[in-house]
Order: sequence, then structure tokens, then C-alpha cells
Amino acid sequence: MQSATKVARRDATAASGDSVAILTLSGDIASTSKDTMLQAYHGVGAVKKVLLDFSGVDYINSSGIAIIIQMLIEERAAGHRTIGIFGLTPHFKKVFTMVGVSKYATISADEASALAEM
Amino acid sequence: MKNGSSVEVRLPSELGFEKIAMSTAAGMAALMGFSEDRIEDLKTAVAEACINAIEHGNRFDDRLDVGVVLSSNDDELEIKVIDDGGGLHSTPSAPNIDRKISGEEEPRGMGMFLIQSLVDEAEWHNGPPGKSFVRLVIRLDKENS
Repeated sequence: MQSATKVARRDATAASGDSVAILTLSGDIASTSKDTMLQAYHGVGAVKKVLLDFSGVDYINSSGIAIIIQMLIEERAAGHRTIGIFGLTPHFKKVFTMVGVSKYATISADEASALAEM
Repeated sequence: MKNGSSVEVRLPSELGFEKIAMSTAAGMAALMGFSEDRIEDLKTAVAEACINAIEHGNRFDDRLDVGVVLSSNDDELEIKVIDDGGGLHSTPSAPNIDRKISGEEEPRGMGMFLIQSLVDEAEWHNGPPGKSFVRLVIRLDKENS
């Protein structure tokens, strides 16, 4: 019943000049997304800035948010990477803020503002 | 829509079917005149309640259903999500992102917090199998508050 999660990677350059890997998510973001999302995240290589693009995502539940938190835990432990988020609906921007994700990842409205802020 | 209207949905204990409850709740809330942002709040709360019922109440047992009963009363929409588990014996504390990031708390465990934060009332009732439920309420007067 759940729509499979897909992750597409592309590269961009932040306003700071740093390389950024943009992981564009689609499908449901739920407990079943864990392997797909973490594999994509681990596969970005040496890039120090990662943006998660949720503009094609309609469904996120708390288990899906926990996967983002898992990424933030890994980033914090390794201490070498910054994660940003864009493309959330106003509702999910509120939810991500409520659970505290916005304390550890910048949440931007769209790709242009996310790249400008990185 | 008539006051006192009621809709009941029965979901298999399989993740993903919570979306049926979400769309049913959204449809009923729209008929009652709730705004889009309140409907989005309700959808997330209903999804989390159903996921808890599927995972923790019915433990993914495909012989068991999750019942979802939606009732309109005056200016409020009540949703009961019923499972065959023994109910909730303690309320988890609110998630703490700092503790999660430092590894002192599991990354998961935010569902009940979201439910409580997104609806006007949320209460958990323990009961015998098939009788434990969470009751959610959203009110139209919240629109102007």
C-alpha cells in the first residue's frame, strides 16, 4: 500500500562556492524508506553539503522523519557534513519544526534559497 | 452534512492503509468546513494513530483490523482509532531532538507527540482486545483562535 521511495541525485554549487549533492525524494517517506534513503545519503561521497528535496513528496510520517534524524545523527557524529532541506509543504515544515529537525538542518522554501543559504 | 453523521472504516493491519483513514478523515473534515491547514493537521494525527494501532496494538497481525470511527457533533469532528492491543500503559515523554542527536534517545518515537500537538483533544483508552482506542477531536472554533 505504500508508494516506494525513490531518490535521484544531482549536483549543484552553493552560493558559497561549495559543491552540493541534491537528493530528490519521491514516493512515501515512511519506515519502509530507510534503506533507500540511507543508501543514497551514504553514497554522496566526499561532498560536504547535502540538500534533501521534498518537493515531490506527498506523504511523510514520523518514522520517515526519524530517518532524517538518523542522517543528522550521522552527520553530527562524523562532524563533516551539513544537511539542508527544501520543498516541504507548509504543514510538513511546521511538523519538522515541532519535532526539532529545524534546529539541526536549515529548512528552506525552495532550491534557490537553500543553495543561497548553504 | 447532518449533525451526528458517522462513518466507519476498517483497515487491515498493514502499513500504508493508514492513508485510507487519512483521506476519509480529510473528506469528512472538508464537508464540515475545516480549513486546509487544519485538515493537514488532522491527516497527520490520524495517520500516526493508525500506524500505532497497526504496529503496537495489532502487531501487524493480518487477522486483526484497525477500526476507525469518525463522528460529527455540532462543531467538532471526533475520530476513534480502535485496535486489539492492551492499550497504552504509560505516556512517552515528548521527543527531545538534542537527546536524539546525541544518541540518548531513539530517533523514532514522535507519533504520540505529533498527535497531541496537532489536534484539540487526544486521549488513550485501555481496554480488552478490540476495545482499546485513541480518541481525537478537532473543533471548528479553533479556526478563529
